[in-house]
Amino acid sequence: MKPPLFEYHSPTTVEEACALLATFEDAKILAGGQSLVPLLNFRLARPQHLVDINRVDGLDRIYERDGGVAVRALVRQAAVEDSPLVARVCPLLTDAIRLVAHRVIRNRGTVCGSLAHADPASELPAVLLVLGGHVVAQSKSRGDRVIGADQLFTGVMETTLAPDELMVEAWFPAIADQFAISEESRRHGDFALAGAVRAGSRLALFGVAPTPVLADPGDPTRGLQPSGDLEATPEFRLHLVRVLAERVLAA
Amino acid sequence: MKVNGVVHPAPTDSRRLLSDHLRHDLGLTGTHVGCEHGVCGCCTVLFDGAPVRSCLMLAIQAEGHEVTTIEGLAADGAPLHPVQQAFHECHGLQCGFCTPGFVMSVVGLLKQNPNPSADEINEGISGNLCRCTGYASIRRAVHRAAELSPSPVQGGGSGRGARQK
Amino acid sequence: MTTRWFGERVQRVEDDRLLRGHGRFTDDVNENGERALESYLVRSPYAHARIRSIDVSAARAMPGVVAIYTAADLPFGQTDLPILIPHPNLTHGRTQRCLASEVVRYVGEPVVFIVADDRYLAEDAADLVQVEYEPLPVVITPEAGAKAEHLVHDDVPGNVAAEMIQEVGSVQAALASAPRRKRLHFRFERGAASPMEARAVWARWSTSERKLTVYDSTQSPTSIRGGLAVLFGLPESSVEVIAPDVGGGFGPKIMLFYSDELLVPFAAMQLGRPVKWTEDRQEHFTAVNQERGQVHDVEVGFDGEGRVQALSVDFIHDGGAYTPYGIILPIITAAQVPGPYRVPNYWVRFRDVYTNATPTSPYRGAGRPHACFVMERTLDAIAAELGLERAEVRRRNLIQPNEFPYELGVAWQDGNRVVYDSGDYPTLLDKALEKLGPRPAGDHIGMGLGMYVEGTGVGPYEGAHVQVLVSGKVVAATGIPSQGQAHATVWAQVVADQLGVDVSDVEVTGGDTRRFPWGVGTFASRGAVTAGNAMAVAAGMVAEKARHIAADHLEADPADLELVDGRVRVKGSPDRGMPLGAVAVLANPVRYAFGGGTEAATQFASRPRPGPPLQEGEQPGLEATGYYSPPGSTWASGCHAAYVHVDPKTFRLEVLKYVVIHDCGRVINPLVVEGQIEGGVAQGIGGAFYERLAYDEEGQLRNASFMEFLMPYATEIPAIEIDHIETPSPLNPLGVKGAGEAGVIPVGAVLAAAIEEALGVPITEMPLSPLKLFELVKSPS
Repeated sequence: MKPPLFEYHSPTTVEEACALLATFEDAKILAGGQSLVPLLNFRLARPQHLVDINRVDGLDRIYERDGGVAVRALVRQAAVEDSPLVARVCPLLTDAIRLVAHRVIRNRGTVCGSLAHADPASELPAVLLVLGGHVVAQSKSRGDRVIGADQLFTGVMETTLAPDELMVEAWFPAIADQFAISEESRRHGDFALAGAVRAGSRLALFGVAPTPVLADPGDPTRGLQPSGDLEATPEFRLHLVRVLAERVLAA
Repeated sequence: MKVNGVVHPAPTDSRRLLSDHLRHDLGLTGTHVGCEHGVCGCCTVLFDGAPVRSCLMLAIQAEGHEVTTIEGLAADGAPLHPVQQAFHECHGLQCGFCTPGFVMSVVGLLKQNPNPSADEINEGISGNLCRCTGYASIRRAVHRAAELSPSPVQGGGSGRGARQK
Repeated sequence: MTTRWFGERVQRVEDDRLLRGHGRFTDDVNENGERALESYLVRSPYAHARIRSIDVSAARAMPGVVAIYTAADLPFGQTDLPILIPHPNLTHGRTQRCLASEVVRYVGEPVVFIVADDRYLAEDAADLVQVEYEPLPVVITPEAGAKAEHLVHDDVPGNVAAEMIQEVGSVQAALASAPRRKRLHFRFERGAASPMEARAVWARWSTSERKLTVYDSTQSPTSIRGGLAVLFGLPESSVEVIAPDVGGGFGPKIMLFYSDELLVPFAAMQLGRPVKWTEDRQEHFTAVNQERGQVHDVEVGFDGEGRVQALSVDFIHDGGAYTPYGIILPIITAAQVPGPYRVPNYWVRFRDVYTNATPTSPYRGAGRPHACFVMERTLDAIAAELGLERAEVRRRNLIQPNEFPYELGVAWQDGNRVVYDSGDYPTLLDKALEKLGPRPAGDHIGMGLGMYVEGTGVGPYEGAHVQVLVSGKVVAATGIPSQGQAHATVWAQVVADQLGVDVSDVEVTGGDTRRFPWGVGTFASRGAVTAGNAMAVAAGMVAEKARHIAADHLEADPADLELVDGRVRVKGSPDRGMPLGAVAVLANPVRYAFGGGTEAATQFASRPRPGPPLQEGEQPGLEATGYYSPPGSTWASGCHAAYVHVDPKTFRLEVLKYVVIHDCGRVINPLVVEGQIEGGVAQGIGGAFYERLAYDEEGQLRNASFMEFLMPYATEIPAIEIDHIETPSPLNPLGVKGAGEAGVIPVGAVLAAAIEEALGVPITEMPLSPLKLFELVKSPS
């Protein structure tokens, strides 16, 4: 369980990082590494190039913008969890972060990394979706591109981010309405078997489709065809997500 | 990189994991390796004061940063760090393999929250696996460590890693 | 003997170095600062396949690769590894070879061994190894094994490695005449011990000294030493095996020889450099022995009061691909089904069948959790049918305190018959119910109850060496290693009492053949019984010797002397005495004083007696080696009870209260015993509701990571409330019984009963999960 050979790059500016991504076809971005490094250690990912953005300037800021909160690419999940700004503007994000793995993982893992990794059972993509947030992707050739949450997630761990793009920022709108997030996982901190998140009258579900999905609060599971695995059959997932949707809608 | 206050040259092999570098290049074998995918927490060290998984970092990423390992909590011959002392008093360890990772996580937990409730303790140690104790004695040790800590101790909480597609 | 230390909550002497990061586990070893070569095992990705070809040429040519071995490269490549415990009923025992070259029979079976400058390079080289496999049909469950549509070994008909039938009384007649009969079916899946430290081996060959030094995370360094000496044709004195700190064992590390345990020393001898192999977590999941896969068909006959009159149990043990450990596991299950209950007529048959999965050998509990599950679930079924309280049914069947020794009439794992030596089962039950208290209010709450006995402290023997140094400090050593059971603390307690010294003055070494070369190993809850008593024997011999030597000098009768506070002194005249260190000086007549007060033992110093300094029958040194060999197992027992809540919508389990009443005879150190129980119960909860080994039809383990093998965190494990009762064992001088495995044994039975009541669906299998409960509620079996 040791990483395979790769060429390591450690850019110090966003431009430099984007130039590297534009140059190398088979490059992976290393931010928090809490998802990528296990894949390297299992040799399930074998990128030729690793672009480590941890020394890039200007990517560690949380700030208020356009009535919401923007989280730059290197902001650790723990910093978002502890941020008074996030707690004030978007407390749903604070609640959701606490469901992400464990504190030691959150000390290193990044919000943008979770969004880019796009695990269908993870919380943050669903939060971005239910809030109608967006991400900003930067590339050498096309500059900044804003991708709405409804346009970002395309499949299991697949997004519309291009290989030469770096997600520099995620933006979560403020929330004043009722909100709630609830999930079922086998152990505390595990990926969810199923989850539901509510923002006002909007409901998003996760763990029950290849991407997080917006659902009709009146009939949350309509059209869903979840996959099965060792811990949940499609039928059990539908059952759970109905229970969870009821819970968050009652909150 | 500075490890336990001592400056070391940068690692030369860019794919070397921080855990392997600490253990086999610097001889700091107190940091243990239990899973190499970020779940067990045995390899937890403080990185710029906050607990992280050293198996999920490349050693080269620690260049220019400060790392504290279990060996750095109490000097040889000096009394144990309050968290170490509490684990001893409460029989918070059996085989001792997960112990350094727990101790480093708890140091982080108490820095963040010097007087954790029972639930906060459970949550705070929930990213570390122990197969010997059943956790009861570790919970007691965290309570005791909070009592023994004169002021907030140095260094976060605890892990799921990534999973494959 | 004074009992100043025995029974006290002495804090562990092991802790300081472990807490400072100064423990020394096998992967930490770096003797002489000489960096060891690192290695990797290429393993079969198929559960059953013929090897068509192996091509290591590209890997061999890779820079950084030092050596690559296939079976063809080994002088012992065509030798079957030993059957560790032969048995007449094991008619078709089969073992693997160090490296497979013809057929692989489980995912994870080693095929190629790579030695390189470091592990990263060894793994790179593994990517270049080409093995061509021809897949063969896979047999993966115990049922499929018994069905034998395909064979795991061509020459083993029906896949049956062993069959054994035992009968006490006359079961068919008793069933026929029983007022009521019931048939039941119980299934237990495989489980894994998963110690936090996976396995590791480090070896160095010294050409100049012709000495092989091996560090191994084993539970039995003495057996490893014996095997390596035979394999390499070396005298045992030229082989040193050390189990340093071991990061948890729980059974699988008693298995020997894993291929690496031969390959690493072999490569070190071949290459003239230290070589190490450290298992990673991924390979640990399939490379290391597993346990627990069994299916049981039960028929019970009972009367209207719930008294068992006859019990018939027919079970299949999933032995995996090979049977290196013999048939110990099903023998234990067969012997332990009746537990603390009177079963006047008992028939049991097992078949140990081959499957294309990792071989089995004991994992904490070893055949007992499933045995307990069978009996306890059967008693629950009787209670349900008769509308009786579950506790009452148990009470009516319990063996009474005046019935010991109680002979069960079936075979035991040590070659003897099962005879319970002592116990008080009704008190266990009463105290557990009392401690459990009233049922909490609310819906979907269930109560579970489970009782067990455990045969502990099996032989053949262990030994100990105890020596008083001229400083008065004491060193003690035994052959068995610790994997976290606080041996260094509890042996020190035993020795300190015998010698009248402070526990901190006793330094214990275990599992290092350089210090003590004889013995068997740490397994089967036997350490305290075997090594603990050996420590008492050896320390008692030292005390006796000290009294005799001091008697000459104090001009007193040895019988009038006592060992107190580090001194040998005359009873009633505490001023007439001498320090134990001074006795140690006198125990070794010297020509040359070398400090430490040894001038007192030189030739011109005053001598209390005529004749040669060392007289016939005397040996120098205040030391002794003693052994303890138990006449048979001593039987620990206990009762667990719990309340649980199951969320009827999400099927999340919450253990509201869990109590344990435990009897392991005389308790040397309650702190340590409670830690063993708390850890055992947690492991039981993991095995009952979180962990499973999910093999698919192709024999692939689908959850070989800690992401998907759900070992519980603190958030999943409740507080455990523990009380002890003590029925001393009459079989050994200390009166102790084993405690290592007890915690885990009844947990499955207890949780099954509680969940069954909480949800109102019958539970007949282990492990459970929210998904399993969802499906059971949807369509009860």
